[in-house]
Amino acid sequence: MIKSNSGIRKTDVINRRMFIIGAAKVLVFVGIVARLFSLQINENKKYLTLSDKNRIREWKLPPTRGNIVDYFGNVIAGNLKVYQLHIIPEQVENFNYLLVRLKNLLNLSDKRIAKINKLKAELKPWDSIIVSENLSWSQFVKINNYLYDLVGVKPVMTISRNYPFNDVYTHVLGYVSQPNEQEILENETIQERFVPGMKIGKLGLEKRLENHLIGTNAIQRYEVNAYGKRINQLEHQKGEQGLKIRLTVDTEIQKACGELLNEKAGSISVMDIYTGDIIAMYSSPSYNPNLFLFGISQDEWQLIRNNPLKPLVNKTLSGLYSPGSTIKPIVALSALENKVIDTKFKVKCTGKIELYGQTFHCWKEKGHGWVSLKNAMKQSCDTYFYEVARLLGVDRLNITAEKFGLGKKVLGDYFDIEKKGLFPNTKWKKNNLGKGWVLGETLITGIGQGYIQSTPLQLCMMTAQIANGGFAVKPKIIVDSNPISYEDAKQSMESGLLFDTDSEELLDKKLFKNQKNIKIVQEAMFASTNERFGTSYKSRIDDPKYQFAGKTGTAQVKRISKRERELDLELEQIPYKDRDHALYVAYGPYVNPRYALSIIVEHGGSGSKAAAPIAKKLFKLIIDRHDLRNKQSNFERITV
Amino acid sequence: MFQHDRLSNEITFFQKIKNLDYILLISVILLSVLSVFVMYSTDGGEILFHTKNHFVKLAVFFPLMIFVAFLNIKFWHNFSYIIYFIVILLLIYVSFFGIKSSGSQRWMNLYLFVLQPSELMKVAIIMCLAKYFHRIKIENVNSFTSITIVLSIIIIPIIFVISQPDLGTSILIALSGLIILWLGGMKIKYFIYSFITFLISLPFIISFLKPYQKLRILTFLDPDRDPLGAGYQIIQSKIAIGSGGLNGKGFLKGTQSYLDFLPEKHTDFIFTLFSEEFGFIGSVGLLILYSIIIFRIARIGAISRSNFARLFCFGYAFAIFIYIVVNLSMVLGLLPIVGSPLPIMSYGGSSMLATMIGFGIVLSAKINHKQMIA
Repeated sequence: MIKSNSGIRKTDVINRRMFIIGAAKVLVFVGIVARLFSLQINENKKYLTLSDKNRIREWKLPPTRGNIVDYFGNVIAGNLKVYQLHIIPEQVENFNYLLVRLKNLLNLSDKRIAKINKLKAELKPWDSIIVSENLSWSQFVKINNYLYDLVGVKPVMTISRNYPFNDVYTHVLGYVSQPNEQEILENETIQERFVPGMKIGKLGLEKRLENHLIGTNAIQRYEVNAYGKRINQLEHQKGEQGLKIRLTVDTEIQKACGELLNEKAGSISVMDIYTGDIIAMYSSPSYNPNLFLFGISQDEWQLIRNNPLKPLVNKTLSGLYSPGSTIKPIVALSALENKVIDTKFKVKCTGKIELYGQTFHCWKEKGHGWVSLKNAMKQSCDTYFYEVARLLGVDRLNITAEKFGLGKKVLGDYFDIEKKGLFPNTKWKKNNLGKGWVLGETLITGIGQGYIQSTPLQLCMMTAQIANGGFAVKPKIIVDSNPISYEDAKQSMESGLLFDTDSEELLDKKLFKNQKNIKIVQEAMFASTNERFGTSYKSRIDDPKYQFAGKTGTAQVKRISKRERELDLELEQIPYKDRDHALYVAYGPYVNPRYALSIIVEHGGSGSKAAAPIAKKLFKLIIDRHDLRNKQSNFERITV
Repeated sequence: MFQHDRLSNEITFFQKIKNLDYILLISVILLSVLSVFVMYSTDGGEILFHTKNHFVKLAVFFPLMIFVAFLNIKFWHNFSYIIYFIVILLLIYVSFFGIKSSGSQRWMNLYLFVLQPSELMKVAIIMCLAKYFHRIKIENVNSFTSITIVLSIIIIPIIFVISQPDLGTSILIALSGLIILWLGGMKIKYFIYSFITFLISLPFIISFLKPYQKLRILTFLDPDRDPLGAGYQIIQSKIAIGSGGLNGKGFLKGTQSYLDFLPEKHTDFIFTLFSEEFGFIGSVGLLILYSIIIFRIARIGAISRSNFARLFCFGYAFAIFIYIVVNLSMVLGLLPIVGSPLPIMSYGGSSMLATMIGFGIVLSAKINHKQMIA
């Protein structure tokens, strides 16, 4: 009985305690359901977002750069389809075998193979390794033929910058290449759109117009797994190509400039004297910007870098030269404007003048005898201009010279490498060198030597402003939204006003006090090219259609010693580095002029022998293309 | 009288079948079928390794459960101590010759499959203590000898399991044992005193924990302290469950699991996948299914004539409940991460074997609910 009692009591205890547990269980389950409710119903949105953030990843693709075209719409910086070869390591069965096969097929270097192996170790197995960024068509075909044997290899077609005219526009356009860290940080647009493998402008207009040219990224959304592997594509958002930019340059003329300066160091600039359009701007030697697209090889880079003719220097914009005799039109004009001389004023040239015990030589040892302005300009008599400069004084000369654009940047902020040169005055010397101006310095400034330094483009603009009758032009290399035709520009100039497209105002841009003085200088320049004994007489064109006026210049790079003067060496006998720079500025056609140019051949010897003949060849082409250019003036209006 | 005797002692095979608890049986079958589908989803919608193995194990262990059910409850009563000692021996064997994997030594290789004896202990300890409290007089329950014996029964296996190391399973074994002490009539004040002692010594216990266990507790307190490391599992688990919403993302459409963001999705975190794909409704449904099972087991306990069957059933119902609570609290971020599978749903042979044996004994109790055990 006791036992059975005990059993019953035990059962009661068990049952009672089980009831307590049961109640506890219900409470706990309710708690768990409450937690589920809070996660899945209350906070569902939050966790859905987190889940999408987990699984969806965006891939930006490199944007397509805008094209740059010349005045006639020819693409001078475009995009090209390139064939690339990618390897996806996870799909490769035998990596080493594959590399050996590819090495034989594509002639890959051992260095490249090592690089690929390094990349393979760094990247995720599903990330593609770029074996070759730019396969030739024949290589691409070869790879496709053997594709059955090359498991894990993916031939890819992509788009890359291309400069169809190779080295013709390098100094204008610059080139694109992979950006470094600093370049990415400096430009917000690049930072925002940067994708590995993307290229940005490194130099020239490519760099300056980066934000216009860059374009927007195409975006691909992928579902990824926890390891970052793409599972499937969800969306593709197309990017927009960057803006198309039209330049004022003429490829035919630009190309001709390159050919004319072949194997010489120098520069040619051609400008429309009314609109300020830069028709050509060539610095020689140039180099091929396409070499930089896929990483230039060390050898090629050394070849460019060590070239004694300095291809990397943009001589048109940052080359500083003494203008030599090409400054004489400005000296003459300044003297005329300041009524220091008139056309009848004459100086007797004996080959040299003495001043405070210092001798100043004319280039012609025997002297020119009595010369007037016209003859002095024609024969480039230095003695005459010593005397004129002495009478004028450097400060008055400086005012005229700066009016015509010397000592100032021509293209403003378009090229950060552009130099502003120097046209000295007494104040400048006092402030910068701490010494007073001496008269002898005025004399040599009068023949474009001494402190004076100018870029080829400045000389071109100076000439253009003399050629158009003495009006200020606004040089430009990009066709603006509202291009004015050359006739309109000419008309407004001749009415004494210039239409400024930026402020949309008519501005008085007269650079002269008396336009007659400009005419006198123009006639003197005409004589220099088209009359007997003119320094560039041999380079004249008699056909009035092409006839041009110009002024030669020969810039000393080194002081000529007395002994050398007596020796009177031939050009070939002087070491290259010591030879004079040859310069020539000109405009044409003489009747109704349209274009001005400046030519510099570094260490070319005399301007009349080395520079003027180039102008002769170039003017024919420039003027022949005149009508074509006129027809194109409203070809397309593109805004920057 | 004759009939009564036959019913209480010898019942025919057909009567056994008739006496099976069909609600429990159908619930277990439903759960098993569901688990195969969920396993199919963890394999990414293909019949791969986990799905196949899980199915094979169900196919072997389900008949085993029926077999266990058809043995008289008296048999299980008689062999309870022996079974407990066999499992203790297995634990000893494992601690010397067990297979090591990811830093712990819990398994023994049986060639056909790898057995984790600690899982079996979860059932064996209930059997052993149920028998002990069945036999002891209620007056002696709180005697010093008795308390010493039952505490030894609990502590001996725990020492082996905790040294494997396997904190999760030892906690579950401890809780399964303690519930029988509670049901068996041990004084409430003992529970209260030991709970207070436990709380006071908690900092001391924590100082004895392994570094990774401490890390788990820290991570539980603040999962964002290391979102890609220690906190990763719990953060991803919460994202998966939370993003499931009311209806879930749909079968085979759980992006968190499909894209491999979920760790341990076959085993301890299986509920996460289920909840992501079937949402709040599915999760509550699963909880209801488990509740039915727990309720049925408890009911079988309540109608059992013998205290052994009653204690086993109540104890096992509580054990199942605790497994579910610990597992769900873990994946829901309510408890630190301790390894504990979700019964039947999680991939793992030993856990399923133990669970099925447990169900089998419960069913045996049902078939023989009028059986008296002396």
